[in-house]
Amino acid sequence: MSGTASPEPKISVRNLNFHYGKFHALKDINLDIATREVTAFIGPSGCGKSTLLRVFNRMYALYPNQVATGEVLLDKQNILDRRQDLHRLRSRVGMVFQKPTPFPMTIYENIAFGVRLHEHMGKGAMDDRVEAALRQAALWDEVKDKLRQSGMRLSGGQQQRLCIARAIAVKPEVLLLDEPASALDPISTLKIEELIYELRQNYTIVIVTHNMQQAARVSDYTAFMYLGEMVEFGDTNAIFTNPSQKQTEDYITGRYG
Amino acid sequence: MDLRYLRRRVTNVFNLGMAVLTTLLGLFWLFWILYTTARYGYHSLGLRLFTQDTPPPGAPGGLRNAFVGSLIMIGVGIVVGTPIGVLAGTYLAEFAGRKRIGEIVRFFNDILLSAPSIVLGLFVYSAVVTTMGNFSGLAGGLALAIVLLPVVVRTTDEMLRLVPSTMREAAMALGSPYWRVVLQVTYRAARSGILTGVLLGVARISGETAPLLFTALNDQFWSTNLARPMANVPVTIFQFAMSPYSGWQHLAWAGALVATLAVLGLSIFSRFLIRQRNN
Repeated sequence: MSGTASPEPKISVRNLNFHYGKFHALKDINLDIATREVTAFIGPSGCGKSTLLRVFNRMYALYPNQVATGEVLLDKQNILDRRQDLHRLRSRVGMVFQKPTPFPMTIYENIAFGVRLHEHMGKGAMDDRVEAALRQAALWDEVKDKLRQSGMRLSGGQQQRLCIARAIAVKPEVLLLDEPASALDPISTLKIEELIYELRQNYTIVIVTHNMQQAARVSDYTAFMYLGEMVEFGDTNAIFTNPSQKQTEDYITGRYG
Repeated sequence: MDLRYLRRRVTNVFNLGMAVLTTLLGLFWLFWILYTTARYGYHSLGLRLFTQDTPPPGAPGGLRNAFVGSLIMIGVGIVVGTPIGVLAGTYLAEFAGRKRIGEIVRFFNDILLSAPSIVLGLFVYSAVVTTMGNFSGLAGGLALAIVLLPVVVRTTDEMLRLVPSTMREAAMALGSPYWRVVLQVTYRAARSGILTGVLLGVARISGETAPLLFTALNDQFWSTNLARPMANVPVTIFQFAMSPYSGWQHLAWAGALVATLAVLGLSIFSRFLIRQRNN
């Protein structure tokens, strides 16, 4: 199934196939990711949703036996093209992982690290950038007095918001969230969800989640995947209230998965 | 059923008891060594030990030239061995991870790690001493570097591989080139572990005698010339302890005590670093 979301999709996936060595992990995926909306990927473990997410910033390219074929168009440019500069791509498509991964440096440096990779700026400008990113990630009030403290000393929820701040400080256009709240307690999860709601005004967000309530709460569009195939894709309300596929209905009503 | 749980408890008590006993047995020898070294060595401890050179038999003196010679050669060992070791370990952990070449290099490094140090001394003898034409402090330092090298390679490799791959991915996801990930993220995460490995390696080479016998030889006089034979603590201890002169024997004990305390201090310092990392 293919879905069309908004008139100008940020990312268009066309006939995407993905292999881990001999294992065929994604089968003929077609999908449009709408600009400045939240798209959620749901499905049981191993269905390929994280794999699909890792194609969008070509994270898989770190591993030699992982191969993607087909087309993934970011603003009409095929990012699977051999000539695509991966560093440039990743500055446009940021990612936050399941486990918080603060770097072993200060909170300030955690954010400045990514910015320095792509821009040269003076101390004042960098201070402003760090503050803006922390404010956007709703972390500023908690850390403004301890920017020189190690980022690894924060709580799990704070670490994850630090990772989000780090990703948005680079000023990406797309933000990929790979189960960003699954390692967090309910209160931190709520904060992350509120944050996603705020961030959708400025970023195109793609979130992978195991938690269907979360997908229903935060996303505008939902894709249900099963065994490497895109079973159903559409408006989140429609998917959750009136799924057209039997498999989707079974999954969201908890009959399997 | 009760019998089964009773048997488990008995087995537990027995195994725990044996573990404690064997630990005590190991500690017993260690403390005996420390005690003996301290008992015979501390008489000759004093300022003179560090301000005077090795004396002729029957005359008063110290071990200044030996201490300084050892420090110089350990310094050469660190300066030569550490950069090569850290770079090789980085290659293994960050670039050769799962490749066959990495496994081969690791295998040979382990052989080097367990090679008898006298063999390494003989190697440097034939490669450096015979080429230069005489024993030298430089040859001694190079021999120590070869002893240190595999220790540093191994710890660097292991410490870097302990850094979770998710951290590398997170840095890559920001658009960082891999070399910057290694320099700014994984080195930082593994920093104290690598430093600890280097310190433990230094502790090891500071007691090595065999590689120095064939390379630096020894010197009774003050010399800091790397191209000449150089006094050093282990070989001096060996010569003085084997001598029939009681003055020399006392100096040997004092040298042994100072060397032991220095190694102990290094080990404690590296433990301290490990603890800091865990906080």
